[in-house]
Amino acid sequence: MTAVNIDTAASTGKAKSSVYRRAHAADLSAVGEPFQWVLGGALAMGCVLIAGLLLLVFWNGLVTFWPKPIEVVRLTDGAMVAGEPFRTESFRVTADQLAKVPADKRAAIATDDGFADRTLYRTGNYDIYNDDFRWVPDYEVASVERPADMVYVERLEWGPLIGRIKSAIVNGTAVPADRLTPAGLAAAHDAARARWAQIQHIERDLIGDVNHTIEKARLRVRSVELSSGADSPAYRAAQQRFSDENVKLQERFQALTKQAQALRAEDAKDTVTFAEIGGKEKAVNLSAVVRFFQPNELSIFGKIGVYLGRWWEFLSTEPREANTEGGILPAIFGTVAMTLLLVIFVAPFGVITALYLREYAKQGRLVAVVRISVNNLAGVPSIVYGVFGLGFFAYIVGGSIDQVFFPERLPSPTFGTGGLFWAALTLALLTVPVVIVATEEALAAVPRSMREGSLACGASKWQTIRRIVLPRAMPGIMTGIILAMARGAGEVAPLMLVGVVKLAPELPIDGYFPYIHLERSFMHLGFHIYDVGFQSRNSEAGKPMVFVTTLLLILLIVVMNAAAIYIRNRLRRQFAGSQF
Amino acid sequence: MPDGSQVEYDKTVYHPVRGENGTALDIEKFSLWYSEKQALFENSLVVERGLVTALIGPSGCGKSTLLRSINRMNDLIDGLRIGGQMKIDGRDIYGPGIDVIALRKRMGMVFQKPNPFPMTIFENVIYPLRVDGVTDKTMLEETVERSLRGSALWDEAKDRLHESALGMSGGQQQRLCIARAIAGDPEVLLMDEPCSALDPIATSRIEELIDELAGHYTIVIVTHNMQQAARVSQNTAFMYLGRLIEYGATETMFTTPKAERTQAYITGRFG
Ligand SMILES: Nc1ncnc2c1ncn2[C@@H]1O[C@H](COP(=O)(O)OP(=O)(O)O)[C@@H](O)[C@H]1O
Ligand SMILES: [Mg+2]
Repeated sequence: MTAVNIDTAASTGKAKSSVYRRAHAADLSAVGEPFQWVLGGALAMGCVLIAGLLLLVFWNGLVTFWPKPIEVVRLTDGAMVAGEPFRTESFRVTADQLAKVPADKRAAIATDDGFADRTLYRTGNYDIYNDDFRWVPDYEVASVERPADMVYVERLEWGPLIGRIKSAIVNGTAVPADRLTPAGLAAAHDAARARWAQIQHIERDLIGDVNHTIEKARLRVRSVELSSGADSPAYRAAQQRFSDENVKLQERFQALTKQAQALRAEDAKDTVTFAEIGGKEKAVNLSAVVRFFQPNELSIFGKIGVYLGRWWEFLSTEPREANTEGGILPAIFGTVAMTLLLVIFVAPFGVITALYLREYAKQGRLVAVVRISVNNLAGVPSIVYGVFGLGFFAYIVGGSIDQVFFPERLPSPTFGTGGLFWAALTLALLTVPVVIVATEEALAAVPRSMREGSLACGASKWQTIRRIVLPRAMPGIMTGIILAMARGAGEVAPLMLVGVVKLAPELPIDGYFPYIHLERSFMHLGFHIYDVGFQSRNSEAGKPMVFVTTLLLILLIVVMNAAAIYIRNRLRRQFAGSQF
Repeated sequence: MPDGSQVEYDKTVYHPVRGENGTALDIEKFSLWYSEKQALFENSLVVERGLVTALIGPSGCGKSTLLRSINRMNDLIDGLRIGGQMKIDGRDIYGPGIDVIALRKRMGMVFQKPNPFPMTIFENVIYPLRVDGVTDKTMLEETVERSLRGSALWDEAKDRLHESALGMSGGQQQRLCIARAIAGDPEVLLMDEPCSALDPIATSRIEELIDELAGHYTIVIVTHNMQQAARVSQNTAFMYLGRLIEYGATETMFTTPKAERTQAYITGRFG
């Protein structure tokens, strides 16, 4: 008992006084505020978890592109392995393996309870060995070296190649031996890459242009056929025009193809032959080499150069090799475009709904039911929205749009399948409860005296809402929109049903009328993470890319949120008057 | 009660000063219910044009309710019912076909707590004009100057017209609200305890201001401060539990009240 008992009558057990006497000392629970520690501890725990998550993602994401050394390992059986040491772990040696281990090493393993260490090497050369990685147990290693002349080659196809430069042919003539290094071949490499870019330009942009024109002409004919019938004179005239046009286009197509073929023939004259550590040789077109360098010899500046070059490639190019290599520009673009579109849909829709609910609807049971339903919408699993988006938006609404506006393109769907527009609309539906709830709260927080002041000045209800209520509620509304945006940008599951694809052939914005193609399917960072990490041929190679892409997704969401918060704060300052 | 019928006044408790410009408001047997609860019981009084009329009485007696019925601010409340009539210039304020917004434009209102909008001083004053869609710049500027002079705020505010109104002191804010109320050139000014949130110095400034405004506007002011009522008004209405007990010339009310309850209230025996 901590209480100081001053009622002696009570303490001696005599008749108890009915007057309550407070103890003249603080109760234990009032000292030191014990709950403060519990509450603070919970907060600290949350912070540690978030910091740990960010640290993990940032660290793994940031080191991925840093060039690692190449080790050449001589095994006890005389075989050679060359590769980047990827990671080391300890493993239990099986009886079969143990049987092949020399006696002295077997004793060492036995003292470790049957465990030994092994290292995972990224050996590359997938086209030769059908594997990118190889485990090397420590007990098999005879010696490890880092020879300076080992070259790491990033290729357009087949992933990295690790080996030595054996010979090279530039423009049909052999390169002298003293220039058989990445530095010595740099000029030829640059020229080959420039030529490669030119081939790409011809084959994708110019020939793509021709194909686009042909397709448009074909659609014109088809729509004439649909409107006036297959044996009408109008149709025959259109057909005639089409074949005239087609002749010209085919000519241009042939010319472009010839041009590209000439360049390719030129290109085939520049090759470099690599010898990998096992003695096999591989000739590669110089233009198919994205980047090659000697990592064991690289200075710190050289390493930084490679590092930045890889980042730039990552951010500015399209993916290749089933998304495990190349860049993620289309995914960044798709994520940003979808998020912006989502905001464009969700903001007016949510705000108008909340305005009606709070300001105009009669506050009765019906409104209460609607409000509860809206709140509960936020708890519906997101994939359900995906199903709804696909079934309703894409198939029903989109299908009808196709019937009415794009009949000439059928049976291939235009709006009748998943796409950017439907994806953004689906996510808008998913996030609209957030905006409605936030807006309603912000509206309710506008003091009654403000509304009365405005009405007393002869303002109508709408004028009061527009001039007084909405500006005051705007920061709260913006907060809701920001929350909705953050939620929508990170959502993946519903998108897989309504328009996100592994590899989108075209961006939703390009140079062809009407320039913005909201019906197109698109790529998304969230889905890209899933795809690279778990759907690619080699998940070990994809793992670092998972972290880099995650890092990018986080950064992107942070940047978009920061921009929105900046806008909100400017609005707040603007509406609150200038001098606060 | 048949339409247009004259209320018969009990002359013993109904002795207001008559103005020279006729009546502004004619309240006839006006009753009001908040849902089930009746807040006003058949109140009848005539507000003289150009005079200051004070409403006094213990708190909860329905002064604000009566005042807010005049510009139909009570319309916002769910479940409100009224009985009787209230007329401005002979037109029934609650009659069918009345344009509430046009009605409110004829009246300015000042609230108990200063409620400037979170905008600049300038925008606050011209709010009624903005609502009317006035864009003529000189018109707006002249209105601001006239209204701020009218509310004795011009000298303090003229150098900071484009700063936020929320940076002003409470007394200044209330005078700004008065400027806003008179910017739309109303006929009637309704004031609900305009000084109750202010310190004595700000209060006396507002009282002087009411004196100055008195000639130009018909003013109805609610106050729980009897000295204030005595200082600023020509007529005073005493209300008690939703009923009008006595309505008369302020001087007479405070020196020789006719009703017993009035006497009890102003001598401080209850309230
Ligand atoms: N919005 C409302 N709903 C229900 N009752 C109200 C409301 N406003 C005021 N009342 C009641 O009406 C009576 C008169 O209130 P009010 O006019 O504010 O008094 P006063 O201004 O004289 O102090 C009080 O009993 C009060 O409780
Ligand atoms: Mg009141």
